[in-house]
Amino acid sequence: MEKIRPARERASTPHRPSGSRRFWTLRRRDTFSGWLFVLPQTLGFLAFVLYPLIAVVYSSFHTSNVLSGVTKYAGTKNYSQLVHDPATPSVARATVLFCIALVVINIGLALLLAVLLNQRLRGTTVFRTLFFSPVVVSLVAWTITWNFLLQNNGGINSMLHAVGVDGPNWLRGDNSALVSVVIVQVFKNVGLNMVLFLAALQGVPRSLLEAAAIDGAGPWRRFRSVVLPMISPTTLLTTIVTISGSLQVFAQIQILTEGGPSNRTNVLVYFFYQQAFDNHDFGYGSAVAVVLFAIILVLTLVQWRLRKKWVFYES
Amino acid sequence: MSPETATPHALPLRHRSAAAPRTPERRPGRWKKPLLYVAMVVLAIPFVFPTWWMITSSLLPENEVLSYPPKLLPLHPRWSNYRTAFADYPLGHQYLNSLYIALLVTAGTMLVASLSGYAFARIPFPGNKVLFPMILSGLLIPTEVTIIPLFKMVDRLGLTNTHWPLIVIPILGAPSVLGTFVMRQFFLAIPDELEDAGRIDGLGRFGLYVRVALPLARPALASVAIFTFLNSWNMYLEPLVYETDKTHYTLPVALTQYTDAYGSHLWNIQLAASVTTVVPVLLVFIAAQRHFVEGLAQTGLKG
Repeated sequence: MEKIRPARERASTPHRPSGSRRFWTLRRRDTFSGWLFVLPQTLGFLAFVLYPLIAVVYSSFHTSNVLSGVTKYAGTKNYSQLVHDPATPSVARATVLFCIALVVINIGLALLLAVLLNQRLRGTTVFRTLFFSPVVVSLVAWTITWNFLLQNNGGINSMLHAVGVDGPNWLRGDNSALVSVVIVQVFKNVGLNMVLFLAALQGVPRSLLEAAAIDGAGPWRRFRSVVLPMISPTTLLTTIVTISGSLQVFAQIQILTEGGPSNRTNVLVYFFYQQAFDNHDFGYGSAVAVVLFAIILVLTLVQWRLRKKWVFYES
Repeated sequence: MSPETATPHALPLRHRSAAAPRTPERRPGRWKKPLLYVAMVVLAIPFVFPTWWMITSSLLPENEVLSYPPKLLPLHPRWSNYRTAFADYPLGHQYLNSLYIALLVTAGTMLVASLSGYAFARIPFPGNKVLFPMILSGLLIPTEVTIIPLFKMVDRLGLTNTHWPLIVIPILGAPSVLGTFVMRQFFLAIPDELEDAGRIDGLGRFGLYVRVALPLARPALASVAIFTFLNSWNMYLEPLVYETDKTHYTLPVALTQYTDAYGSHLWNIQLAASVTTVVPVLLVFIAAQRHFVEGLAQTGLKG
């Protein structure tokens, strides 16, 4: 770059008055254009990310009356309300169970599908397309269809009935409701993790696998001792993405169960929406939002630490 | 490595794997392939079946959608369900809302994200190293966390029940950060020599961005366009919060409105409306599936 500079300056000299050239040094010009380029994004960040983040913390310490528009300082009232809310234990339970079930099933299935697709069989592109297709289907349309299928007299139970099984009332059953929501979410998004795993599998050097085979390792041993460590960065990435995705299932819950039966599927984001926009309690809703943010923040920090211990290999 | 040195290493390996007779019990059985296919077909059912069921049930009369035995094929397809979905509900209007909003958000995000992605990758300006991680932190923040203050802001500006918040906030706020990240990663990989050549030709920063960087970045721009369009097209919480008029709804919220006066589902009409939002996207996906898969996989960051 430095070598080329004189040439460029020489080329531009005739067009530029010498005074302005001395002011507009390369560094000044970079500073100016750099800030100009990032200006829209930076202003947007300040107005639509940073300001609301501060404001939500502020309003979590206040109560506001929607009708009169009056806001009053309330100390930690909203937070203690959350601690003592009879729904809180169910919400915590639903959120944690949903997250664990989703991560385990999603990552397991994604890895299984990726291994199948990685067998270099003919026609795998077709299967990859099929497994991936729900990712591009509108979430709401997908959920509506499953809502239809999971009705008590819906498609799933008709199929089960045809083979002599009495299916539960999926979306109203105490345990089946959560199972249903997890299933709907897994099939919607597992294709994304599958593609990431597939790319990682294809990046495992053949020479390593061949070396392990020569050392007498069978297919399972090769998978456990060579492939799994090699793809651990991807496993970490997909786990992070899936966990933070699991904390943001809103439309699915609203369409399928509305948090029921008896809060069994009332995950934190849905609880947030109920308080903030069904009950119009912005103070309490803000406190819930802050808790949600704190959870995400803690998870991120934990994952950041884990990265060093867990990930065996990173390019 | 030159070909002369590479060959002696590569050849023996190949010979060994091809020629060495494996012990019979180690050889993958001839059942392996068919079994793998069967496994994939069985696993594909829950991925394909819902879409299939959505389409076929959208063509059934109302009294047959939940009948037993289930109808896997509509023998007398009722196309009038689609007419009902458009005629009795403002679906056409909502369709246009979704389409124009998604197009504007996509174009705006491509511009904003490529500008800042370019600056973060290639312009050494003071603040670059601090600003980028700060803006990137926007990726961490779920929509729900900031929606109360944003709603209050939009309300104070008198812009609820308009499309402004659905267009401006995604372009400038947290959703576009992902685009910035993808663009930056791409611009980082452009060799310095290309820009130097542009500089010799007298291009300034803006010229380099428009004439050198952007044309090279078409694949990254395509990824950004795909996921931005899909995110906007599928946005649910925001229109639910900001819009009150049915004619201002976008499709995802509109789809949940297909109930009769007593609040029970009009399944066939609802499914017909759902099909109209899903099938165009699916067709584009099948036509350009490599771009979709790569574009979305790159950005699996937000799922």
